[in-house]
Amino acid sequence: MIEVKNLSKRYGKNYAVEDISFSVKEGEILGFLGPNGAGKSTTMNMLTGYISATSGSASVAGIDVLENPIEAKKHIGYLPELPPLYLDMTVKDYLDFAYSLKKVSLPKRAHIQEICGLVKIEDVYGRLIGNLSKGYRQRVGVAQALLGNPDVLILDEPTVGLDPKQIIEIRNLIKHLGKGHTVILSSHILTEVQAVCERVVVINNGHIVADGTPDDLSTAMTADHKLIIRVAGPSEDVYKMLSKLPHLVEITRNGQKEPGVFEYSIETEAGTDIRKEIFNRLSDRHWPLMAMRTNDLTLEDVFLQLTGEKQMGGRR
Amino acid sequence: MLSVFKREFNSYFHSAIGFVFLSVFCFFSGLFFYLYCLASLNADLTPVFSAMFTISLMVIPLLTMKLLSEDKRQKTDQLLLTSPVSLFSLVVGKYLAALAVYGLAILINVLFGIVLSAFTTPEWMVIIGNLLGSFFMGAAFIAIGLFISSLTESQLIAAILTFAVSFILILLDGVTAFFSSTALNKVVEWLSFNNRYYPFTIGVIDYSAIVFFLSVAAVFLFLTIRVLDKKRWS
Repeated sequence: MIEVKNLSKRYGKNYAVEDISFSVKEGEILGFLGPNGAGKSTTMNMLTGYISATSGSASVAGIDVLENPIEAKKHIGYLPELPPLYLDMTVKDYLDFAYSLKKVSLPKRAHIQEICGLVKIEDVYGRLIGNLSKGYRQRVGVAQALLGNPDVLILDEPTVGLDPKQIIEIRNLIKHLGKGHTVILSSHILTEVQAVCERVVVINNGHIVADGTPDDLSTAMTADHKLIIRVAGPSEDVYKMLSKLPHLVEITRNGQKEPGVFEYSIETEAGTDIRKEIFNRLSDRHWPLMAMRTNDLTLEDVFLQLTGEKQMGGRR
Repeated sequence: MLSVFKREFNSYFHSAIGFVFLSVFCFFSGLFFYLYCLASLNADLTPVFSAMFTISLMVIPLLTMKLLSEDKRQKTDQLLLTSPVSLFSLVVGKYLAALAVYGLAILINVLFGIVLSAFTTPEWMVIIGNLLGSFFMGAAFIAIGLFISSLTESQLIAAILTFAVSFILILLDGVTAFFSSTALNKVVEWLSFNNRYYPFTIGVIDYSAIVFFLSVAAVFLFLTIRVLDKKRWS
């Protein structure tokens, strides 16, 4: 459905995106993961024809975006990072405008009503967009992208700035939309991509560093060697004992979390699993282990792992 | 094109700009009409129209300043440029919206003719000639304003630059006295909007002036399209 081949975008001497290629099959939900400034938005802007590529090609539904932009755009619904809303219009006027701008041929009222129901904006239908909350504006933006029932939906960070309830709603909406559309979704939040997407492309500094299913990614990212534990026992003694663990790289004390319970972050050499060892040693001394969890990876850690670089010593 | 036109036209009246423009325009043309015609018992509308030349150039920047700059600032250009619409229809749609509001404003002059007809037989040809003259002059200047608006993200900068062009166009006739070279004077006179506009105010429909104004409009509309296109390609 979407083919991107050797796409590059250069600003002056700097490449915002350099030589990226990927394809998306029909009906797939593709996550586009990367930190801010990685080139996600640039790629999406090139796909939608907002900016042109310096070199390379992109096609949507078999139509080249550069050669035949108007035809290609008919197949795309785009929600940019900042929803392109006219604040001086009501939701109704805005959707009517977008409807005619996109030359949609579906029955107008029924189609707009269906979309409003889908993204739950019926109750603000007559209000000025400028008076709506961020969450509603985002949904009006999604509604705009859905107009004309395009084959491909391109959503640039659709959940940024929303509250947790709205984030879940939007994620569910995207999952629902994925049944009938091909979706590309960008995010800098790992869990979001894992929750919604069937495939993930990780991009950093304008290059693709990984391409696979979320499961592939998570196995690449499991980190049993980074643990956070809570122990009920004298802080000094526990610390001394933990410091003698095998394969230890670093141990830090996080202070008292509950009365008499202290937290420690432990990092050991990659590929080692010392969970049993910790449990056995603590039970020998009758210091109850109150909690043990693997340390959540930061996105930087993931990138470092994916790009095969050595882990940095420091913790976040 | 029609959808862009409709949205842009309505947006003039969603904000105060359309009303401010119309009221300023009507206030001044009403004032001149009163001073030159009613107060001085004169049925000749020519001085009203020549005075409105300056006023038109001063208020048209209000109409054009936000046309493209605001879309850039609010990022709504992402909707426009990713929709299956050609740059031509985007630019021309916006242009026609501004021109339509301007057209509404100059229609006030018909009213003056009707008022005059209560006292005497007004020279309708002069009025029609003036309407055409104002219209084509405005058409050219709105295209210049639209072009300037495409260069910046700020309405204010667009307005100030367009004002600057207005001043140059107004002052252009005055500067010929300073040039000794006749060739330079020829160029300035050729560029002068006022020289082209003047025949209309005495009821002469000057086709070469119409062609001039339409050409200016076409050139700046073309340049505006190029600016938007270049932005995509840079």
